[in-house]
Amino acid sequence: MDSIYREIILEHSKNPSNRGKLDPADFSYEDTNPLCGDEVRIDIRVKDDHVSEIMFSGQGCAISQASASLLTELVDGMSLDDVKNFSKEELLEEIGISLSPARLKCALLSLKVLKAGIYGIDRANEELEDA
Amino acid sequence: MIATHSAPIDTASIKADFPILNQPAPAGKQPLVFLDTAASSQKPQAVIDALVEYYRQENANIHRGVYDLSEKATAAYEDARRKVATFINARKPRECIFVRNTTEAINLVARSWGGANLSAGDLIVFTEMEHHSNIVPWQIIAQEKGARTGYVHLTPDGRLDQATFDTLLEQGPKLVAITHVSNSLGTVNPIQEMIAKAHAAGAVVLVDAAQSAPHVSIDVQALDCDFLAFSGHKMLGPMGIGVLYGKHELLQNMPPYQGGGSMIRKVTMEQTTWADLPARFEAGTPSVGDAVGLGVAIDYLNGIGLDRVWEHEHALVTTAISKLSEMPGVTLLGPGPEENRAGVVSFTVDGIHPHDVAAILDEHNIAVRAGHHCTQPLMQALGVVATTRASFYVYNTPEDVDRLIEGIEAAQQVFR
Repeated sequence: MDSIYREIILEHSKNPSNRGKLDPADFSYEDTNPLCGDEVRIDIRVKDDHVSEIMFSGQGCAISQASASLLTELVDGMSLDDVKNFSKEELLEEIGISLSPARLKCALLSLKVLKAGIYGIDRANEELEDA
Repeated sequence: MIATHSAPIDTASIKADFPILNQPAPAGKQPLVFLDTAASSQKPQAVIDALVEYYRQENANIHRGVYDLSEKATAAYEDARRKVATFINARKPRECIFVRNTTEAINLVARSWGGANLSAGDLIVFTEMEHHSNIVPWQIIAQEKGARTGYVHLTPDGRLDQATFDTLLEQGPKLVAITHVSNSLGTVNPIQEMIAKAHAAGAVVLVDAAQSAPHVSIDVQALDCDFLAFSGHKMLGPMGIGVLYGKHELLQNMPPYQGGGSMIRKVTMEQTTWADLPARFEAGTPSVGDAVGLGVAIDYLNGIGLDRVWEHEHALVTTAISKLSEMPGVTLLGPGPEENRAGVVSFTVDGIHPHDVAAILDEHNIAVRAGHHCTQPLMQALGVVATTRASFYVYNTPEDVDRLIEGIEAAQQVFR
C-alpha cells in the first residue's frame, strides 16, 4: 500500500528537530489550519541576514509537525533572501510523498508560518494560495 | 427508542440499494466501509431515480403555472411536504418549511423570530454540546439585539448538566436551543423533559434534529417543541433540501426571512403584504427535485421502519463501543453503551493525532471523520483538540465495525 506515513514523516514526527521556543526572537509567528486545528509556531533569530537559530512549537497531525521539523532543518543557516525564495515545491520534494489537497494544507502550514513571520501573512498567503 | 420485537433489518439487501457502496474497490484495496453518515448519508437508488425521473418527466417551476408540467411539479413538491409532515407528525403540512439544510432552518428562526421577539437583555440559552450551526446564528442575533447568551454545561461523560439548565431557566430565557442528539458524542438528550421545563419558564424551544430525524421516530406534537430543524442529506435524501418545522401560531406571526417571489400576497411600490404559510418563508424558486427526493427517502426509511433503524444502529454502536473499549491506547468519549445513545462513536488513540488515524483508515478504504466536528465548545469542555468519529446507518454491518477495529490496529502499528 502506498502510504503517506513513510519513514521521513514518522521519523520527524517521533523525533522532531528544533522543537521549542526562542525568547527573545527576531521573528515569531504562529497560525492554525482551521480545517483540522493543526497549530505551528516558528521563532527565528537572525545574524548577518542569516537564520542563526530556529525553533518550532505547536500541535497537530504527524504531517504538519513532521513538515515543520523538516523545514527548520532545511532553512537553518539560510540567508533571509534564500528563505524568501524557498518554494513549497522544494519543501514538498523533501517530504517526498504525494498528498491530497487537504493534507497539503497540513504539510505547508509551517512554510506559511515561516514566510508570514519574515514578510507578513498577506504575501505568504498569496505565495502559497494554491496550497 | 422503545425496544420492540420486530425482525432485524436485512442489511445485505439494504446495502445492495446503495450504488456508491457497491462500486468495485480500487486495485489492492478492500471494499469501501462508509462510517461518516453523521456528516452526510449515502443515497439509495430509489432516491437517485426520483431525482432523474423528476427532471425527465415533471420539471417546471411550481405555483402559478397553468400548464400541465407546472401543475405536476407543484403537486410533487406539495406531496413531498405532506410526507415530511407525516414523518414528524406535524399537525399541518404548512408547518413544514422547505429550506436548504438545518443551518438555514436555524438561521431562519434566529433572523425572523429572533428579529421580531428579542430585545436588549433577553437571554438565549443553548448548550455546550451544540453544533456551531446552533450557536453562531444565536450569537449573531444576540449581538445585534444586545441580548445575552448562556449555555448548559456538559458533564465529564458527555451529557447535559441539568442543574446548569435549571439555573439558566430561573433567569427566564426567551429562547432555548437544544440538539436532540450530539453529532460528536451520540448522546441522546432528554429533550421532552427539557422542552416541558423550558415552556414552564416561558421560553420558546428550538430542537436541532439533524442527528435524530434520520435515525429515530420524531413526533413534534408529543415533544411539543416550537421549532425543529433537520437536513435531508443526512437521512438518505439529496443535498440542498432541509426542513424547518414550526408551530403554526408562531410561524403565522413571524416576518419573512428573505424577500422575493412566492412569499408575497400583494406588492405595490409602497408596501407588500406577506403570503400565508409556508410560502412566506420560501422566497424564490425552491429546490423542487430535491424535495421530491427527500419524500422518496422518507418512503424508504418508512419501508424499513424507524424503530428497526434505531435498533440496528444501537446494536452496531454497542458492538463498536465494546470492541473499542478493549483496545489498549483507545479512549472513548461520551456516555456508555447501556445509555440511550445514537450510532455515533468518538474516540482518540494515544500518540496518534485523530487526522492521522483517519488518514490511515482511509488508506484501508474506511471513511471516518476527524477533527472538532463543528463542536469546538464541546471539544474544549472535554479537554480534547479533536477526535476520530465513526457513525453508523442502515447500510452498515458488524463487519464494518471489525474493519474499523483492524484499521485502528494498523494505525497503531504505523506509529508504534
